Amino acid sequence: MNGFSLQRAWTIARTDLRQLRQSRDFWLPLAIIASLFFVIIPAFLLGVITNVSDVKLVKQLGDLVGSLPQGLKSQVKGATAPVQASYALAVYLFAPIAIIVPLTVSSAVAANTIIGERERGSGEFLAHSPASEREIYLGKLTASLIPGYFVAAIGFAAYSIIVKLLLRPKVGRLFFPDTNRWILVLWVLPPFICVAIAIILMISAHVSSAAAAQQASALVTLPIILGVAYTVASGSLFEAKILAFGIGAGAWMIALAALWRGTRMVKRERLLGMGG
Amino acid sequence: MTATSVDSTRTPPTNNTTTAIVEARGVHRSFGDTVAVAGLDLDVPPGSVTVLLGPNGAGKTTVVRLLTGALPTDVGSIRVFGLDPTGSDGAAVRRRCGVVPARPALYDRLSGWDNLRYSGELFEVEPAALPERIRDAAQRFDIEDALAKQVGGYSTGMRARLALARAVLHDPDLLLLDEPTAGLDPESAKAVLGLIDEIAAQGKAVLMCTHLLLEAEGLADQVIVLDRGRTLVCGSPDELSERFWPRARVLIDAEDPGSLDRMRSLDFVRRYERNGVATVELDREESIPDLVEALVANGVRLRRVEPQNPTLEQLYFAIRTGQTSNQP
Repeated sequence: MNGFSLQRAWTIARTDLRQLRQSRDFWLPLAIIASLFFVIIPAFLLGVITNVSDVKLVKQLGDLVGSLPQGLKSQVKGATAPVQASYALAVYLFAPIAIIVPLTVSSAVAANTIIGERERGSGEFLAHSPASEREIYLGKLTASLIPGYFVAAIGFAAYSIIVKLLLRPKVGRLFFPDTNRWILVLWVLPPFICVAIAIILMISAHVSSAAAAQQASALVTLPIILGVAYTVASGSLFEAKILAFGIGAGAWMIALAALWRGTRMVKRERLLGMGG
Repeated sequence: MTATSVDSTRTPPTNNTTTAIVEARGVHRSFGDTVAVAGLDLDVPPGSVTVLLGPNGAGKTTVVRLLTGALPTDVGSIRVFGLDPTGSDGAAVRRRCGVVPARPALYDRLSGWDNLRYSGELFEVEPAALPERIRDAAQRFDIEDALAKQVGGYSTGMRARLALARAVLHDPDLLLLDEPTAGLDPESAKAVLGLIDEIAAQGKAVLMCTHLLLEAEGLADQVIVLDRGRTLVCGSPDELSERFWPRARVLIDAEDPGSLDRMRSLDFVRRYERNGVATVELDREESIPDLVEALVANGVRLRRVEPQNPTLEQLYFAIRTGQTSNQP
């Protein structure tokens, strides 16, 4: 059998994930970042803002709510300024976290995966193995995507529980996760992670050290993060669902093109530490 | 330096190129301005041990990488099992090869067991048979007690043995070993050389790169001496002896060692040295009986007459010296 083997690609991905699980010094900082952004900071801010009683601060929060998109304001009409502010924070201002953190996690793993094989010398084993270059690429891609999605799923669930516990009693109804958040997590997030990983894997095939790959990954993820943050903060994703779908569709097209191009970037020579 | 040799009990294979496992013709490979392999011709028959000899940078590792298709050639053709390793048959070629790279290329974060399992899965070992194969391979290289430990904590010798176990796990038809005994203690090195002999006896082919000449002694059916990417010579140890060691060498001892000095004046003695026993170089092997006759006729009471075959090390340096002196 000389054709493409999904089983072999999955074997490569599973082994990479097993190594990641064994590398506590690698995943622990990422887990701390994820819990910081998905749990600790939201819990602290939502808890504090919801219970604000200082008159001056309440007025400032009212001004903040006033500057929010119309669609969002209508959801919390009649509530107190602190509750309105907490609501806005929960569904609107914290939204980019859903993309930023999984993107950071997946990028860090991707930056380490191919270049790590070269640095540790284990790339020579893969280069002499029957795995095709496409199988190796797909395996590495999968091993990079899964941690990002895993963090997104766990973080999203934890964040939803926090919002529910802190804000539902004040708002009086279950408002989160809303449709927009589902679109963001299920439709917009996946292609953005794919694009970032595809670019990072391409860069990894050319640079000579994990440090260089990490720096390159930061250069790649930063514009994506800023773009997503701007889109969310400007209300585009929440004002018009069609626009959100459009952004997701565009990102999917770019992702598929990048992934297709990426399959040609993994070469046995490069796994041996040559041609980088 | 570990230098261990093994006495092979195999019957040397006939060099039949129609059934060669590896056939390379006019292979060139460069990296930028550096020529790694220049004009390599190679036939590796089944059931044989081919030894690539050469100093560091001679191109030995590149040859291994070219044979599995990990690197493409610039010029020339390579067929392994009759297939092109860099083409669409590359996976089929690599599945039948076992490689021990110069650096063990292990996954330090994984246990020994997981390293072997990963290899078994990639090389398509039957899943039901894999645990048994892993245990057998580990036992063969005496690492079964360390299988559960992370490889990062292994000693150099254990890493080398794990790399060897991984290379034979899928029962390859061609074993490519790049300095396989580097870092091994003498017992382990001898076990590895014994394994090489055993694998060749099963009709499989072994290609071994080394610069430790003693370990190739008695094992090699074919020796290829490389230098800066060029093949200096290629042939069986006997062929190389005939070409580069044409004179007969004999060790001689007598009751009165001083009486041996009379040999200096004999016509067929080309070189004479005495340091305890005498080492004599004759013009040809057929002169040995004449030498004995002449000494006995002169009243020398001989205690030992031992014709010397050149060691691989002596051959290697004879070849290298010959090539150097032939260069303009």
